[in-house]
This record gives sequence, C-alpha cells and structure tokens, in this order.
Amino acid sequence: MSVNYGSKRVVVGAGYGMRDWLSQRATAVLMALFTLVLLVQLLLPGPLGYDRWAGIFSAQWMKLLTLVVVLALAWHAWVGVRDIWMDYVKPVGARLGLQVLTIVWLMGCTAWAVQVLWRL
Amino acid sequence: MSQMTKQRPGTMRLVDAVKYRLPLAGVVSILHRVSGLLMFALLPFIIWLFDKSLSSEISYDTFSSAFVAGIGVVPAWFVKLVVLALTWAFLHHAIAGVRHVWMDMTHSVTKEQGRLSAVVTLASSVLLTVLLGAKLFGIY
Repeated sequence: MSVNYGSKRVVVGAGYGMRDWLSQRATAVLMALFTLVLLVQLLLPGPLGYDRWAGIFSAQWMKLLTLVVVLALAWHAWVGVRDIWMDYVKPVGARLGLQVLTIVWLMGCTAWAVQVLWRL
Repeated sequence: MSQMTKQRPGTMRLVDAVKYRLPLAGVVSILHRVSGLLMFALLPFIIWLFDKSLSSEISYDTFSSAFVAGIGVVPAWFVKLVVLALTWAFLHHAIAGVRHVWMDMTHSVTKEQGRLSAVVTLASSVLLTVLLGAKLFGIY
C-alpha cells in the first residue's frame, strides 16, 4: 500500500463523496422546478413580448427564485466541470489551473446574471 | 499470473477509447458531459441573451434582431444554429438528469432499465429539439 497522506497525498481536488453528489442533485431538482415555473408562466395566454417577459422577472418572488437558481447553477456547474477535469486532466498543475479558471468563469457569469436580474 | 499481467493493455488513451462501441446508456452518459460542458462554455452568450431580452425595450429589439439580422458580423443562421445546439444541450442534460435522479430514488439500475431509460432519454430530447428547432427556424 503506497503512502497517501502528508506531502505524499494524492491531490484530487475534491471532497470525498456525499456532499458533492447530493448538492448536484439538490441544485438540479431546483433548476428543474424553476424551468417548470417559468414554462407555466410562458404558456399562459396572451402575446409574448417585452412587457410580459420583463414582467415575469420583475415580480419579487420570481427575482428571488431566479437568484437562487443562478447560484444553484454555478454550484452545479462547478461540481460537474470539476468532475470532467478530474477524470481527463491528470497533471496536477494543469488541473489546478483549469479549476481556478472554472471558478473565475463561473463567478464572473454569476455576477453578470445577478446584475441583469437586479437592475430590473 | 505473470502471464496475465503481461497481457494487460496498459493505460487507455483516447484513440483506444473511441474504438469501443458504447451501449446506449454510455452514449447518454458521455452526451450528458458534452451537453453540460457546452452550456458551461456558452454561459456568457446565454447571459447576453438574458441581458438583452430583459434590460429595456431597446435591448429587446437587439435580442430579437439577433435571430433576424444576426449579431454584428455573425449571421442570423449561425446564431440560430448555436441556440439550436443549446436547446438540445439543455433538453438532453435535463432529461438525462431526471433519469439520474429517478435511478437514484427507485434503484432502477438493471441493465435492461438502463437501456430502456437511455432510449427514452435520447428519443425524447431529439424529438423536442426537432420540434423547437422547427419553430426557431420558422418552419411553422
């Protein structure tokens, strides 16, 4: 059995199981419910133009729900994309670089989405 | 024993991996990754659409004209093609995700259940993509 602790620790960059698995599913269910909520509002009768579209997202409850879903999406994408790097990118340096880029990418996108949502 | 050790093929490379014919559940699985990565890569475009469609009536016109006149030098047909790819990615990822949750909750993990739910996932996501794509390209 090879040593796997201290400076010999195998770096995988993840927690070890349950939390990531569960949070990915919890965020997924939340996003699926959001999709249904949005779909129901879109399928209500009446012409769909700017007024109705912006009206959907300017309701306070929808704004908050969308905000939570944006955060859920970032978390979900982080777990998923990091899984991909862990499976296919073996050199530790390259993997760490990609993981940092992923975080920067997701934080930037999240901030932009929140900005769009909150000036409405 | 040492004979068996010698016959091991070593680390699998991508060129080896593509020689395998994946079962349908495997196709769903790799497409789940591909679709997720695609949406991740195109997140700024998605938020741009969200921004333009929502911020003001003027920006809403920019959003609408992206599908008619394109965005800058990018022609409208290409914008539609990217949106079509995103539509498929979302549908496949969502349906494959529901399949995952369903498998976890009901322990539906036999080979036959896996194959059948994979067929349902692939067929329904492609069918819905075709229906929405036809709408996107103005066929009905």
